[in-house]
Amino acid sequence: MRYLIIGNSAAAIGAVESIRPRDREGEITILSKEPYYAYSRPLITEYIADVFRDEDLTYRGPDFYRENRIQVHLGIKARAVNPKNRVVLTEDGTEHPYDRLLIATGGTPIVPPIKGLDKEGVFTCTTWDDSKAIKALLPRVKRAVVVGGGLIGVKAAEGLYEAGVHVTIVELLPHIMGRILDAEGAYIFEAYLKGKGLGIITGETVVEALGNGRVEGVRLASGDTLPCDFLIIAVGVRPNVEEVVEGSGIRVNQGILVDRHMRTSVPDVYAAGDVAEGDEMLVREKRVIALWPVAYRQGKIAGLNMAGEDREYEGGFPQNTVSVLGLTTITIGFTEPPEPNGYKVLMRRGPGENDYKKLIFKGDVLEGAILVNSIDRAGILTGLIRARTEIGSNKERLLDTRLGLTALPRAWRKEKLTQPV
Amino acid sequence: MKRVYPREEVCMGCKLCEVACIVEHSLSKDIIKAYKEERPRTLSRARVEEEGPVSFSIMCRHCIDPECLEACITGALYRVNGDGPVLVDPRRCVGCWMCVMACPYGSIELDSRNGRRVISKCDLCPDRRMPACVDACPNRALFYEER
Repeated sequence: MRYLIIGNSAAAIGAVESIRPRDREGEITILSKEPYYAYSRPLITEYIADVFRDEDLTYRGPDFYRENRIQVHLGIKARAVNPKNRVVLTEDGTEHPYDRLLIATGGTPIVPPIKGLDKEGVFTCTTWDDSKAIKALLPRVKRAVVVGGGLIGVKAAEGLYEAGVHVTIVELLPHIMGRILDAEGAYIFEAYLKGKGLGIITGETVVEALGNGRVEGVRLASGDTLPCDFLIIAVGVRPNVEEVVEGSGIRVNQGILVDRHMRTSVPDVYAAGDVAEGDEMLVREKRVIALWPVAYRQGKIAGLNMAGEDREYEGGFPQNTVSVLGLTTITIGFTEPPEPNGYKVLMRRGPGENDYKKLIFKGDVLEGAILVNSIDRAGILTGLIRARTEIGSNKERLLDTRLGLTALPRAWRKEKLTQPV
Repeated sequence: MKRVYPREEVCMGCKLCEVACIVEHSLSKDIIKAYKEERPRTLSRARVEEEGPVSFSIMCRHCIDPECLEACITGALYRVNGDGPVLVDPRRCVGCWMCVMACPYGSIELDSRNGRRVISKCDLCPDRRMPACVDACPNRALFYEER
């Protein structure tokens, strides 16, 4: 059996780690656009300020590829999938044959139509090479503007801040971190980050990068200008589909559409991770969920099915753990009720200044949680959301600062703590 | 594999399991040194939960399909020999807390006391035949066995 994987991050590794134990003999080949062994992508922004170094970024080292007998091609871009001949064409003209193919090409940064982005000093920040390029220019940089206050934007701002750069985030929405947090949680982060000296401008956007060859400032929609010698575009990522699917017949919506076995519309071709659009458990629709644990999980399920097992993906949901300059939040599932009726929301501020907790229930089932600052044992809530556990009358107790399993029904403990799980 | 199973019917919440865990994972493995000299003190990987008459000790379940492993962004969490204990390599842990978000049993401890963020969790006491918590329990409220 010849397994071919396009991509070399969480989903690809998840697939390898479920294929290899089940098929000792099969050939596994990885095509990686980036010239690195799998690395911890979420850490690249902290690499800018040397908080994390090369060795910290290793996700699976060279030994991993050798021990699992993976043929890995680094720095080679796939060009096209040809399902009829069962080959993938790479940019160097080579045809790589497959019996089972996994597309795990990840995401690609969205670049909004801003004038003047061809100037020097303009970056996106989604790859290790991006952060290396940013780092190389640091000695010349005093002021940076980050367009976008989402996850990547705030992490890029943090990295630059820690490197001694004066940073301003410009966010179009009323709040930063709007897809991760509700308004209350975002407000806590904004106050905290402003207190640290980070500039945050909301409800505003950059329309033009100014300067002569090199970026020297930005013009905002309001007409105001901000001086900067560095511009980071971090408005989000979208599935990287165009790299391979064009002309292949593989069905695409936002991402590559996959069924519960992570199969695409084309036989023996699977997709997983940020490029895939699979089942979302809470909204019960297909969604792209560009998050590390979801990518690994999808890759793992794809790998199991590629290796001949019959395993269904139970569906993913948003799960974020974000720390910015020492303040941490974990958010799981909905951050606001998706509709006005049928949901119950419990909230608590304090006891600490930045402590905030919010729970969203649909009937007796938890469907969303926000924890700011105090995040101890947050996974108990993730588990309840995933398993759709009936909480009964214990809802208020899940708000306790000391969240524990005593708050769960005794029957739950009986089931979970007396046998292997 | 053998795992530790709590029995809340007979646990009286004495927390000797926590003491034994701290001593076993201290540098000296000596109770006085572990509590009085070593700073910061090792964290217990077992946690006694107590509410009214209900109490039990909970630690990593070493799940069949561990969520923490999937969430770990650095590869610091790993499974011994494919189906053994789930362990953490503290040198590779960067304290991103993704596993804290993932663990449905709340059995991963956060530690930021040494100026470095890192997790600690139950390792089933690799230097012992019987985990220290199980040995220390005066009421047989912890079992270490194959189920």
